Amino acid sequence: MLTINYFLILSAILFSIGAVGVLIRRNPLIMFMSIELMLNAVNLVFVAFSRYLQNLGGQVFVFLVLTVAAAEVAVGLAIIVAIFRSRATVDVDQVNELKE
Amino acid sequence: MEIFVFSLFAVLAILAAIGVIALQNPVHSALSLAVVFVALAALYVLLSAPFIAAAQVMVYAGAILILFVFVIMLLSPGTDRGAGALKSQRGLAVIFGCVLVAQLVVIGASAVLPSTLGKYTPAYLARVGDVQAIGELLFTDFALPFEITSFLLLVAIVGVIVLAKKQK
Repeated sequence: MLTINYFLILSAILFSIGAVGVLIRRNPLIMFMSIELMLNAVNLVFVAFSRYLQNLGGQVFVFLVLTVAAAEVAVGLAIIVAIFRSRATVDVDQVNELKE
Repeated sequence: MEIFVFSLFAVLAILAAIGVIALQNPVHSALSLAVVFVALAALYVLLSAPFIAAAQVMVYAGAILILFVFVIMLLSPGTDRGAGALKSQRGLAVIFGCVLVAQLVVIGASAVLPSTLGKYTPAYLARVGDVQAIGELLFTDFALPFEITSFLLLVAIVGVIVLAKKQK
């Protein structure tokens, strides 16, 4: 009997893996991918609650989160490209000064 | 049977997620992230959300991931050296991650659903269709967030074009 707790635990594990990924990786693209992993974990919780509470608002919210995540990835990657196009490195620790 | 399908895709998603953060080559991490997206889409189908599953594959695995791979190829960083100046803090980060997962798993395992359920029973959704039900909600209760999202996409497009232009 598949209860909601299975999905909540899976989402907790995925979210924590994403959080640890943001903390330990210094490549900005991999940090961004870990953020997307966290967003997906939250999407899973929304869909699980939508199914088990029989309330479709969860799925509509996931639809909106999908859209916002797409916009965020586009803008974030544009920022990364703009920053790292003029530097030789892709290490966020090197980008600690505002000068050109 | 459901538990078997769930555990199959859950293990796949967890292994692929660990692959995202552990693999050195960013292209391998992106492909591992694609596996996570598809495994989660399969779980959405298991949760009677076929529209969200299709949207997930189309938007995440079909657009966002392609964007990631493009930028990875554009910047061509090669392999990641790992943490440079903060190497000593990686162990601390993993410890905090374990604390976080322990807290969230305890909360998730002890969750109890309320007895008042909404009106979207599986029989109703099977009769009306998932897409139609979501569409009805999107244009009645969630009309304002829907319009704001379209505005947000416009702002994102303009922002990306401004950011990605070559500086004079």
